[in-house]
Amino acid sequence: MIQKNWWKILCFILLLYTCSYGFLVEVPSPPGVPLQQTIRNLFFHVPMWIAMMVCFTVSLVYAIKYLRNTEPVNDIYSTEFARTGTFLGVLGLITGMIWANYQWGKAWSGDVKQNGAAIAVLTYFAYFVLKGSLNDEEKQARIGAVYNIFAYFMLFPTIWILPRLAESLHPGGLGSEGNPGLNPKDTTNAMRSVMYPAFIGWTLLSVWITTLRIRVQKVHYKKRAHE
Amino acid sequence: MNKLKRIAVCMVTAMLSVSLYAQSNTTDPMDTMRSNGKIYVVVAVVVTILLGLFLYLVNLDRKISLLEKNSKN
Repeated sequence: MIQKNWWKILCFILLLYTCSYGFLVEVPSPPGVPLQQTIRNLFFHVPMWIAMMVCFTVSLVYAIKYLRNTEPVNDIYSTEFARTGTFLGVLGLITGMIWANYQWGKAWSGDVKQNGAAIAVLTYFAYFVLKGSLNDEEKQARIGAVYNIFAYFMLFPTIWILPRLAESLHPGGLGSEGNPGLNPKDTTNAMRSVMYPAFIGWTLLSVWITTLRIRVQKVHYKKRAHE
Repeated sequence: MNKLKRIAVCMVTAMLSVSLYAQSNTTDPMDTMRSNGKIYVVVAVVVTILLGLFLYLVNLDRKISLLEKNSKN
């Protein structure tokens, strides 16, 4: 039992650390960077996107697996990981809007990364609309898997490539340092010691929630197969 | 049951380190809570939410395990 669940305990410990030390760690406030204490959002807002990307990647792997070998379990995995990923994306957008409201003056300033992330999340909304509009289960799974691959390859230009090509309020835009998530100028080593555990912890939490949904869907599927 | 006990021990030890960290600065625990712009109050709130969330998840996990067991028979 404990061997099967060690990562859930690890997830709990990492998040406990993130949510306590994350508020206490010394954060830099270099001149010219008006972030002040809000840089602590690095431990809460950014991990939503990291966990979302992990979920979508796993979802893609299972979509491809389903297309190679039409095992309904693969479709269950793919759908549920996409569902958690979309949910995390929405959380990321909302937390980003709260942060932006106080940092950039407006909740939505049409920043290239904000728009890109919104497009990415909408692409995944369409995935569920598409699946919901089909009645036949096998068709639903197959067309869903094909669309999932398409959605994944829409996601990466919109959140990885485009924000680097244009001027952005996020770090890592045209003419600024870093990548679309982080700016090395205002990230110290002390902050990194919270940031990486936060990334792992929030990702593990999302995986845990997804496995719960997968297990319920599997029971449902078995029930339907018996009838 | 054994699993639950282990989780409980883990939680207690994790909490222990937090309180030890907090108490290393001052002697009076009330002062600790009010120091540093009362940031420890926020920590307490967030940690409580996290504890609740994890208790809920563990509970859900066990219920689904039961469901799986029943559907096997």
